[in-house]
Amino acid sequence: MTETLALYIHWPFCASKCPYCDFNSHVRERVDGASYVAALRAELAHEATRAGRRPLASIFFGGGTPSLMPPEGVALLIEDARRLFDATADIEITLEANPTSVEIGRLRAFHAAGVNRISLGVQSLNAEALAFLGRRHDVGEAIAALEAARTIFPRVSFDLIYARPGQSLDSWRAELRQALALAADHLSLYQLTIEPGTQFATLFGRGAFTLPEGDAAAALYLATAEEAARFGLAPYEVSNYAKPGAESRHNLAYWRHGDYLGIGAGAHQRLTLGGRITASRRHRAPEEWRARVERDGHARTEEEALSAIDLAREVMLMGLRLTEGVDPAYLATRSGLTLAEATDPAMLVACMDEGYLHWTETGHLATTVEGLLRLDAMLPVLLR
Amino acid sequence: MTDTSLARIRNFAIIAHIDHGKSTLADRLIQFCGGLADREMKEQVLDSMDIERERGITIKAQTVRLEYPAKDGVTYVLNLMDTPGHVDFAYEVSRSLAACEGSLLVVDASQGVEAQTLANVYQALDAGHEIVPILNKVDLPAAEPERVKQQIEDVIGLPADDAVMISAKTGLNIEGVLEAIVTRLPAPTGDETKPLQALLVDSWYDPYLGVVILVRVKQGRLRRNMRIRLMAKGTAHPVNDIGVFTPKMQPVDDLGPGEMGYITAAMKTVADCNVGDTITDDRAPATEQLPGFRPSIPVVWCGLFPTDADEFEKLRESLGKLRLNDSSFHFDPESSAALGFGFRCGFLGLLHLEIVQERLSREFDLDLIATAPSVVYKLTKNNGDEIELHNPADMPDPSLVKSIQEPWIKATIFVPDEYLGSILALCSERRGVQVDLTYVGNRAMAVYRLPLNEVVFDFYDRLKSISRGYASFDYAVDGYEEGDLVKISILVNNEPVDALSFMAHRSAADRRARSICEKLKDLIPRQLFKIPIQAAIGGKVIARETIGAMSKDVTAKCYGGDISRKRKLLDKQKEGKKRMRQFGKVEIPQSAFIAALKMDA
Repeated sequence: MTETLALYIHWPFCASKCPYCDFNSHVRERVDGASYVAALRAELAHEATRAGRRPLASIFFGGGTPSLMPPEGVALLIEDARRLFDATADIEITLEANPTSVEIGRLRAFHAAGVNRISLGVQSLNAEALAFLGRRHDVGEAIAALEAARTIFPRVSFDLIYARPGQSLDSWRAELRQALALAADHLSLYQLTIEPGTQFATLFGRGAFTLPEGDAAAALYLATAEEAARFGLAPYEVSNYAKPGAESRHNLAYWRHGDYLGIGAGAHQRLTLGGRITASRRHRAPEEWRARVERDGHARTEEEALSAIDLAREVMLMGLRLTEGVDPAYLATRSGLTLAEATDPAMLVACMDEGYLHWTETGHLATTVEGLLRLDAMLPVLLR
Repeated sequence: MTDTSLARIRNFAIIAHIDHGKSTLADRLIQFCGGLADREMKEQVLDSMDIERERGITIKAQTVRLEYPAKDGVTYVLNLMDTPGHVDFAYEVSRSLAACEGSLLVVDASQGVEAQTLANVYQALDAGHEIVPILNKVDLPAAEPERVKQQIEDVIGLPADDAVMISAKTGLNIEGVLEAIVTRLPAPTGDETKPLQALLVDSWYDPYLGVVILVRVKQGRLRRNMRIRLMAKGTAHPVNDIGVFTPKMQPVDDLGPGEMGYITAAMKTVADCNVGDTITDDRAPATEQLPGFRPSIPVVWCGLFPTDADEFEKLRESLGKLRLNDSSFHFDPESSAALGFGFRCGFLGLLHLEIVQERLSREFDLDLIATAPSVVYKLTKNNGDEIELHNPADMPDPSLVKSIQEPWIKATIFVPDEYLGSILALCSERRGVQVDLTYVGNRAMAVYRLPLNEVVFDFYDRLKSISRGYASFDYAVDGYEEGDLVKISILVNNEPVDALSFMAHRSAADRRARSICEKLKDLIPRQLFKIPIQAAIGGKVIARETIGAMSKDVTAKCYGGDISRKRKLLDKQKEGKKRMRQFGKVEIPQSAFIAALKMDA
């Protein structure tokens, strides 16, 4: 019971719902911040007792919009986590923030609360694109937020969304270069994806806009890595780029299929309990989540012990997103299945021959760039 | 009723192109003679199957016995023979006609003679029929009776001066038709003291009565409780019931020479009743069979597969049920790597194929995939062995084959002048040889010899589209000839797809091979690996396309909250792969093959 833990804390509220977002986020006229923080603390204490004392390597405040949390609440949660677990010396504590002026004003308070890494939802440096994406900030605010964040936090990351309707290769390169020049050590660069149930899904379904697809999308992807490399940022995951050592340790825990505890409405977790690896999630609706925590101490709705084949599939589908790939020894430890048992050997060879997969110097199985581009098609073919 | 003297009987068939009014005229004749009360009349009384009524195609022969009090004061018995209406059933038509002494030739007074009419008229003439031309729809503004009369004389060589002018729809001059039948068609001949000879015209399966056999007595007398013998088949059966159609079934004690009616003899399947067989008295048999019998032989074959593999047994049962009523179609189990388990089925022709397919989907609710229709080739191997090839997949290695013979047809095409050029081009593109080309007014009649192989491959659709539906087409099988034929195999990811292989003339091989490769390229979705699509003759590739690998397919965001969803999606994708056909490292959705076959059909 000594697996190192990553802790995720979900703040489910936003000032407005972005048209592309399918996360568990909710817009409420008034949010009783203190009560929600109290419920988060209660659930954290409850789950910590269940999980037992473990090393804690990272905390991530995600959402929703956690930069709308009361900073003192963030401080209390960090304090609790440090008390309940054994925080590593270099613990990474990230908070997602939107670059509106209101939230920028609280950056210092978040830092004082213990946050040492900020992830800004910039999304674009193009005014028109920000409007299309339904963002509440403008380009000026985004740049101001980045500059402020750089002076306050040792580590800064931000998100951009590309492969937008009508976006040319050249205009994306220009926008990305401008972003890279803002000297973050980490970038999450996502191709715009139409998620079911979102406002964009409705618009897209109606034919209101089209997106770059196929060859065009692939070209944008390859150009992204090329531009990032000029500024010393290398891709380490499908959509994540970092200077050496600046990778998100918290997110790496997901991709490496480590243990993570998720607190808050709709949060998922993977936790080793009594020798079995369990998957569970919590009630999605914030009000119901809080009511359940107040009643039961937690709001877990379902929990299952994962089978060997489920675990192997998860380890592979997450690990192959990483340039470092999957360590066959870890796969065997985590799932109980060897690589030969987890994959179709003929397909493994075929993917190698095609140049989609390779062995890294450290003996990991990893995707090449060409393989990464087609990962979703490769997984059902490759995995048992 | 049963001692009807021969002089008071007339047996006649009606010959007409689809839509020229055969069924409507039959309805009117039945009505005039009081065969059915008005409330019992429905459109096209004789066409009992939905498919017959909708498509205006008669599949089974039927008769109606009418009583007509003629102007000469005598009441005549008129037996109307409704013959199957398509060339696929040419043999069946010939037997129906052999049961009659005369025919009514119904021609639409505005449309004129069509190809199908012509083929049937020639058959009636071959059967020695007296023919009465009837111009229908003369009340329509577009009617040109004089021109059509001239056309009947020019094209058929039949005097048409005293053609009967009618409108079957309004009932105009129906009596004129009946009078013409009585006065212009000959009475049958026959001797009731001779041993029984009755023609087996057709048979069908009735769930309550078992097999019902339609007969025409030529000599002797057919009686209830007689033990009959089918001379060609060599089996004997006791007659249970005997009767006539009015058109309702009405039992009688016996049927004498010249009469038509039905018998039931406790038979379970029509496969025992070959059309054209001679029925005789088992105790006092005739010495000779009636002329003209031949067993029916399938001309066109194709594979039928259930779209849902679980429906294989249902398909087998349904085919069995259909065969109860249609002995001319054949089926044998077949398996295909691309399509799973199904049946290789033989048909009398393309229409017959279509009808069976449609009945399977309509009456038995089956979703089917049909492979491209193939004709029957006669192969001679180097060692002298001769084999009949029903399925291109069974083609031996070309190096072992000395020669291949293919069936040819004689096709008659009627087409308005302005489309003639394109029609002739189509015929020569399909290796056609012109036999005759004549003009009748502004319509041309082209007679071509064509390999049947070229006709089963979308010829009819092309003909219709080139002529905007105005061309009419009919054909008769016209012997076998040696041809430079090759089997084209289709390879997906270097593995042959048996269901897509086909035979073609060497001159058309490249074109057809390219076309199917292009189709498959469009139909098979891009996937992880690039997929070569090749068409080959033996080991030689003659066409090739490559489906490129997909360029990008990866989820942009995948964090801790997404893992469960991604894994469940993966489970689903793995499940979906079960519906795919594996070709080495690539998997092709069965739907792509189905679509390729549909486009071909």
